[in-house]
Amino acid sequence: MRNVSKLFAAILAVSATALPSAASAEDAGHGPAIEAQEWSFAPPFGQFDRAQLQRGYKVYQFVCANCHSMNLLSYRNLAQPGGPQFSEKAAATLAAQAQIADGPDDTGKMFQRPGRPSDRFRAPYANDQAARAANGGALPPDLSVMAKARPGGPDYIYALLTGYEEAPADVTMSKGMHYNSAFPGHQIAMPNPLAEGVVEYTDGTEPNLNNYAKDVSAFLMWAAEPTLEARYRLGARIMIFLLVFAVIMYLAKKAVWARVHKRDHAAKNAA
Amino acid sequence: MAHESTYKPSTGIERWLDSRLPIPRLMNDQFMVFPTPRNLNYWWTFGAILTFMLGVQIVTGIVLAMHYQPTTEGAFESVERIMRDVNWGWLLRYAHAVGASMFFLAAFVHTFRGLYYGSYKAPREILWMLGVLILFLMIATAFMGYSLVWGQMSFWAVTVITNLFSSLDSVVPGLGTTLVQWIWGGFSVGEPTLNRLFALHYLFPFVIAGVVILHIWALHIPGSNNPTGVDVKTPSDTLPFHPYYTIKDGFAVVVFCIVFGVLLFYAPNWLGHTDNYIPANPLQTPPHIVPEWYFLPFYAILRAIPDKLFGVIGLMGAIIVLFFIPWLDTSRIRSVSYRPIFKWFFWLFVICCLALGYLGSQAPEGWYLFFGRVFTIYYFAFFLIIMPVVGLIERPKRLPGSITESVLAKHGGAA
Repeated sequence: MRNVSKLFAAILAVSATALPSAASAEDAGHGPAIEAQEWSFAPPFGQFDRAQLQRGYKVYQFVCANCHSMNLLSYRNLAQPGGPQFSEKAAATLAAQAQIADGPDDTGKMFQRPGRPSDRFRAPYANDQAARAANGGALPPDLSVMAKARPGGPDYIYALLTGYEEAPADVTMSKGMHYNSAFPGHQIAMPNPLAEGVVEYTDGTEPNLNNYAKDVSAFLMWAAEPTLEARYRLGARIMIFLLVFAVIMYLAKKAVWARVHKRDHAAKNAA
Repeated sequence: MAHESTYKPSTGIERWLDSRLPIPRLMNDQFMVFPTPRNLNYWWTFGAILTFMLGVQIVTGIVLAMHYQPTTEGAFESVERIMRDVNWGWLLRYAHAVGASMFFLAAFVHTFRGLYYGSYKAPREILWMLGVLILFLMIATAFMGYSLVWGQMSFWAVTVITNLFSSLDSVVPGLGTTLVQWIWGGFSVGEPTLNRLFALHYLFPFVIAGVVILHIWALHIPGSNNPTGVDVKTPSDTLPFHPYYTIKDGFAVVVFCIVFGVLLFYAPNWLGHTDNYIPANPLQTPPHIVPEWYFLPFYAILRAIPDKLFGVIGLMGAIIVLFFIPWLDTSRIRSVSYRPIFKWFFWLFVICCLALGYLGSQAPEGWYLFFGRVFTIYYFAFFLIIMPVVGLIERPKRLPGSITESVLAKHGGAA
């Protein structure tokens, strides 16, 4: 909606209505300005960086997943095309690391078993109440579509994860809150989740805060939009088709209407 | 321009059909040879574009309905399942969502075209009113469709809009509340509400399709208006619809699809609100409840009026006033191109609608509210004061003698 406002604003600027800038963007409830990052998956031809998504999954698995669910994702998604593309076997192994509640069995009891690729990502809490109880009353939101659910998407997630700072002297922090430069209102219940070296990287990428934040933001973008690559690919084909088709239609239209224009000329010359 | 039938059944089957259900005759007379003013510009192609978009919405919508679950527990997730696990589901869902925006874009252009060229004036009053009815049905359909996603913005939009009926409490105490509970099917927006919104969202497009048929029927009695607003006088003023306008409309539809495609494939969520990717939560109100872009001008009008009941009347009135345009416009001529004074008011009205759109997206306070009120006043003044008054005092420019004359004057000047 911010973009739409921008669109209307641009059109309005042309008509030069002196609109007041009294309310800054932040006052209007949009939150602090978010800096745009460079992403490998930018339109129109971008792709996810497989290694980045695999690292991002690792950050999610070791850090985020301790408090946040991702209920729309299954372990099998980790192996599907257009994503981190772990091998089928690796995805099965990652699934098996989680203990999933299943049942009831023949005796009517629920039981725990190792996860299968078809299982959804294991949620850290049984329900919202348990999640709140464990987090000082705050509910860690589900991350499945987080990258689409905040203005700025992955840019916002990156800014948030790298936005933990000392609170300025003039800000009074509420109890249990943490100062964050990217969070609307600047007071967030989530403590800084990342620190240098908390997740081990095995592909030579430097295990620093910046890379963690970047990788997990990219991973969350894929999680929110797992068909992004297929969309760009189909889009490219359809756009090429439409452009060619438009040229053909234009020429056909010209050819058909040439008859009328010819008749007009004849009529004029006769007159 | 209701014309003599030129259809000659040429085969046995056609002759047999012609004396029973003459569909080939109808298609020939109303589609193939239908006499159409020869000077229609590209603004006239939006009728075909709209027909195409209605088809897109119905086809994608029916398939989406096969996978969608209208339950408060399952709705949000089923939409995401469609995006993730249904074959081509992401394409269907984004085409349907972006398609709604494209549909409205085309409908607004089509409406402004009718307004500019005076296509509502006699003998096309019913044609125009059916168009306004279609716009009204589209608004209702889009609103209900948006609610089905059951995200935060869906839920709160339903809450806000259905609650508007409670303003009737100030007319008859208890009437509004009773009506709202009847609409909800309970004491708050919930499962029964979602179920009926889904049922009606599936029904309305077919009602629209029915009114579209009436709209085209009403078009085919007087025939199309044209950029000069001068009536068709001789057969040389017209061309057969096919191939001249089938090819022109076809080209326009393809170009329109390019714009549609760019949004669909590269920015499908650009026109949407991020809050609608947060599942509906009746306990948490979003900081700003804003509708989709195509409702923003109406939303601005609603919020510009301080009293709730009058706000609702303003909101409804913004559409209802359109029904009366054929009789509010007192001008003798149709096309704004030949109306030197009204032209300025027309373009100011276009700016007014865009401005209301922008203001609808902002919080109604301070200068935003002030300008919201200014433009709301202009919106109604345009129809209720400017249209009748300017039509009486204005001296229009000289009209071309005929459509053919205007075309020949345009092509190459002196012969």
